[in-house]
Amino acid sequence: MSIDLEQFHGVFFEESMEHIDTMEQLLMTLDLDEQDPEQINSIFRAAHSIKGGSGTFGFKALTGVTHVMENLLDQVRRNERVLTASMIDLFLGVLDTLRDLIASYRAGDDIDEVQVNTATSALNAVLAEEPTDAPSAESPGIQTDEDDDAFGFFDPLPVSSEDQAEPDEGANDAYGFFNELPTVTQGDVKTETAKQAKKAVAKPPGLAEASTIRVDTDKVDALINLVGELVITQSMLKVLGSDPRNVDELKMSTVLGELERNTREIQDSVMSIRMIPVSLVFNRFPRVVRDLSSKMGKEVDLVLEGTQTELDKGLIEKLVDPLTHLVRNSIDHGIERPEVREASGKPARGEIKIAAAQQGGNILISISDDGAGLNRANIIAKARENGLSVSDDAPESEIWDLIFQPGFSTVAEITDVSGRGVGMDVVRRNIQQLGGRVEIHSELSVGSTFTIRLPLTLAIVDGMGVAVGGQTFIIPLVSIIESMQPPGANIKQLAGSSLLHVREEYWPLLPLHQVMDITPRFENPEEGIVVLIETSKKRYGLIVDELVGQQQVVIKSLEQHYRRVPGTAGATIMGDGSVAMILDVESLADIAPALAGESA
Amino acid sequence: MSIKQETRSKKEEKETRTDVQEFLTFTLGDEHYALDIMSVKEIRGYESVTRIANAPPFIKGVINLRGDIVPIVDLRIKFQVGETRYDEFTIVIVIQIHERMVGIVVDGVSDVISLSKEERRPPPEFGVGFDSRFLVGLAKIEERMVILVNIEALVNSEELALAEPEEESTHGAA
Repeated sequence: MSIDLEQFHGVFFEESMEHIDTMEQLLMTLDLDEQDPEQINSIFRAAHSIKGGSGTFGFKALTGVTHVMENLLDQVRRNERVLTASMIDLFLGVLDTLRDLIASYRAGDDIDEVQVNTATSALNAVLAEEPTDAPSAESPGIQTDEDDDAFGFFDPLPVSSEDQAEPDEGANDAYGFFNELPTVTQGDVKTETAKQAKKAVAKPPGLAEASTIRVDTDKVDALINLVGELVITQSMLKVLGSDPRNVDELKMSTVLGELERNTREIQDSVMSIRMIPVSLVFNRFPRVVRDLSSKMGKEVDLVLEGTQTELDKGLIEKLVDPLTHLVRNSIDHGIERPEVREASGKPARGEIKIAAAQQGGNILISISDDGAGLNRANIIAKARENGLSVSDDAPESEIWDLIFQPGFSTVAEITDVSGRGVGMDVVRRNIQQLGGRVEIHSELSVGSTFTIRLPLTLAIVDGMGVAVGGQTFIIPLVSIIESMQPPGANIKQLAGSSLLHVREEYWPLLPLHQVMDITPRFENPEEGIVVLIETSKKRYGLIVDELVGQQQVVIKSLEQHYRRVPGTAGATIMGDGSVAMILDVESLADIAPALAGESA
Repeated sequence: MSIKQETRSKKEEKETRTDVQEFLTFTLGDEHYALDIMSVKEIRGYESVTRIANAPPFIKGVINLRGDIVPIVDLRIKFQVGETRYDEFTIVIVIQIHERMVGIVVDGVSDVISLSKEERRPPPEFGVGFDSRFLVGLAKIEERMVILVNIEALVNSEELALAEPEEESTHGAA
C-alpha cells in the first residue's frame, strides 16, 4: 500500500460512516408491504460505495462483508428476492459490524475476525436460501422474531400492494414524522447529494473527535458572494477616504451603511455554516427505540417533531449522549409493559415523542412518554434512604429535581439499560455545560416530559448595553421585558429591599452597582434606569445608570485565560476595543442577597 | 500534580541540553526579578482594564488582547513590593503558559540575560517578597541580585486563583 493513499483514509472512513447511517435510516423507514425500489437502490449504492472504497484501500474484511451484503441487496433490487423483516434485522446487525470494522481500521486495531465471519456467514446463509418470488411476509428465515410486532414503524398499511415497482407516495404520508428523509425519485440526484452534505456532520458516537464540518455548497457560495461585495465596499471606502480633507459625507454614509449590512450578512452566513438540523441527532433514535423496546419486551412508537430546527454544530454533538440517555430512560422507566398498560386502560403500544422547537433565543427539545410517570412517594423514600432531607409536601419541581442527584435510581431491578443511578446527574451536567437547563413535568400514570432548554448558539447574543459608574455591561435581549425611568412614587420599601410597582405587579429591585461592587453615578434608583428582567425562575428590575444601546455581541470566553466570574456569562469586545462583561441574569438573581429567597 | 511534575522534568531535560537559558529581567519596586523568556509572549504598555467584580485587588481586570480576554495581575499588590503607580512607564508582560495567557504588571523591563547553569544559584529560604515555591534561583549580575521567578508555578498557583479550582469530577458512564 503506497503511503499516498493514506491521506484519503480519513475521508473514506467518514464517508463510509455516512453511508452506513444512510443505510440504517433507509432500512428503518422501509415499508415491507410496499417496498420503494428507489430506497432499496439507495441502500445498494451505499453498500457498493463502501465495498469499492475499501477495495481500493485494501481493507479486506470490510470488502468481504459488504460484498456479500451487496450480493443479497442486488437480488432484492432485481426483485429476485423479497426483503423480509428478518433480513432487515440481519442487515442492521451487519451495519453494526461494519461500524466496528471501520472503527478498528481507523484506530489501527486488529480486526475481530469472529465478528466478520459471523456477519458474512449469516448473510451467506440467507443467500443460500431459495430466492422466492412470492411476497411472503416471512422468508423461511434464519431467525424468527417478534420485533416486527414490537415496532411501530411497520404497522401494516391498509393498502397491501403487490406492485412494488410503483414509487409510492402513500407510504411516505403514513410516516409523516420521517418527512425529512429523502423521497428520492429517479433523476433527483441533486437533492440526494444535498441531503448527504447535511447529513455529513452526524458522527457516530466515539468518532466525535473528527472536527471537520461538511457544508452545503450553497452556503459557501453565498459566503463567497458576500466577501466579493465586501471587497468592493472596501475599495469604495479607500477611494472615498483617500482625500481626508474633501470627503463626500453623503456618499460616505451610504458606503458605511453598505459595510454594516455586508458585515451582518457575512456574520449570519458564517453562523449558518455552523447551524445544522437536529435531525442529525434525532435520526439515530428510531434504531435506539427499536432495539431497546424489543429487548425490554415493550411496544413503543416513536414520533419525531421539528427535525428541521437548526442548532449549532457544537451543541448538537454534545447533545447526543444526554438525549440518548433520556430516551433510554423513557423506554426503561417510563413506558410500561403492554399487559400493564392494557390493565390500566391505556393502549398497549406506548409512545415516545421527541420534539425540537425554537423559542426566542432558545431551542427547546422535549422527550415525552405516555408511560407511568415519576412516582413521588418512591422518589422521596429513595432520597431519604440516600440521606437527603425532603419534606413530604415539597413542591413537585423540587421532588423531580432529586432524580438528578448522583447515584439516584428508584428502579428495583438494575437492567443493563439503566437503573444504576449514574446518568441523570451526568445528563444534567452535560446540559448545564452547554448553558442549558433540564425541566421535568410528570404526572403519575399519565407520563413524563423532559424538556431541555438550550441557547441557540454559543457564539453571538443580541444584547442591550447598560452603563454603571463608567463600566459597560451587556444584558441578553431575550430576558429583557422593558426598561423605564421609575417614578419615585412607585418604589416601595419592604423589609430592607425595594420593590417597584409596575402595572399591578411588584418587581424586586436589584442595583447592579451593588452586585458588581462599583460606585454608581446615581445612588437613587429614581435617577437611573430600571431594566425589567424575566428569567425562568425569577423576575426582577435591574437598576443601572443608563442604557447605552442595543447591539449584537460576540461572546468571548473568560475561562480560557481566567476563570468563571459569578453573575457573568462571559465577556465581549466593544466597538472601541474595550472589554465588557455579559451579565448572566439567571445567576445574577441567585447571588444578589436582596433577592435571595424571593420568587415571583 | 503529575502533569506539573512531568512538565518540570521536561524542562529540566531542556536545561541540561542547552545549559544556557535566557531570562527577561524586570523590576518590582527596588527588586530585580527575571523570568524565562520562552514564556513571554509580548511586552506592552499598561492600558485601561475592565474591572472584574469581587475579584481580589491584585487582579486588575481583563483586557482585549487581539480578541482574547486576558486577565491582568499586579504582582506589586500581590507581593507588596514597590508602589502601585500606573503611568506611561508601567509595563505589562504578557505571559503564555500552555494555552493560557496572563498579563503581569511590573515597574519596568530591563534586559535579556543569558545564564549558564553555574550562574544560577539555589534560592534563599527567606528574604524576598516571593514565596520560595515560586523561585527557580538567584543570579548575580554586576553586583546586583536578580531573583529568578518560576512563572509557571506562580501563574498556576492557587494563590493567584487565575484558573478554575479543580473540580472533583464524578464522571460516570451514562
